[in-house]
Amino acid sequence: MEPASRVFYTLVTLASLLALGWGAFSAGAPGVSFALFAILTLGGGLMCIWERSVVRSAFSLMATFLGVAGLFLLLGADFLAMAQVLIYVGGILALILFGVMLSPPDLNERSLPRVLGGLAFAGGAAIWLGLRISASVTWATAEELPPMTSHAEEIGVGFLSPEQYVVPFELAAVLLTVALVAAVYIARRRSIDLFPEEDA
Amino acid sequence: MPLEAYVAVSAALFVIGIACMLSRRNVLYVLMGIEMILNAANINFVAFNRFSGDGLDGRMFAIFVIILAAAEAAVALAILLNVYHLFRSVKPSDADLLRE
Repeated sequence: MEPASRVFYTLVTLASLLALGWGAFSAGAPGVSFALFAILTLGGGLMCIWERSVVRSAFSLMATFLGVAGLFLLLGADFLAMAQVLIYVGGILALILFGVMLSPPDLNERSLPRVLGGLAFAGGAAIWLGLRISASVTWATAEELPPMTSHAEEIGVGFLSPEQYVVPFELAAVLLTVALVAAVYIARRRSIDLFPEEDA
Repeated sequence: MPLEAYVAVSAALFVIGIACMLSRRNVLYVLMGIEMILNAANINFVAFNRFSGDGLDGRMFAIFVIILAAAEAAVALAILLNVYHLFRSVKPSDADLLRE
């Protein structure tokens, strides 16, 4: 392991321990679970930009998706957590791994100044925006949180009832059909590529 | 946990996604960065939905975002296949036919 990587993973581990301690100190067991899922999310993302090999980045993205699914569970959105695992981990990650097969294994591609510069630039912009927003906005939070219940049935009814979401639901169905047929059409092998001598 | 904690995690994931898009010369990292950004937006939708009382709007929006992300990934991979076929490379800066 190169020295820079060692420093990076030490820093990530220290930050994770700090976050776990802060979560346990401030909110007890819910804080610890929140900190665990947040560490999974952010640590996976950081590893994704840090690692040199694309395969490792893709698999650390899996940690990010699972962490986000855990955050959805903590927020009481069980159906969404399940959909997240099914679609992101099962579908989109598999697509990205197909794309990995196209990318050449040039191992020295990551440049440290670009990674740190990108993080610093985006982080600075986000912190500046966050300070501007938090100075002028009050969150419209409810007085007391509703109890956590499963909303899967409500979501199913909401998708199909005409007063709620049936039009966006049908539009999403049309869009998915169009996008997938178009993807197959774009990605297909033309016969001229398969049998070049016949058409020549 | 308070709403601010979720918003902070979402903002950090957004920053990591932007940095992922900016710092690599490989289309796959741009795709992964986009997925992280969409996930960050989803955390915000669900968190605000939870903390603003009853209702389903935020969750529904998150589901539609996931649907769009799936369609986007499929089309992006198809385009990536064709770009690789044409240019034998997956660097975004190599696809420069219109420059000539």
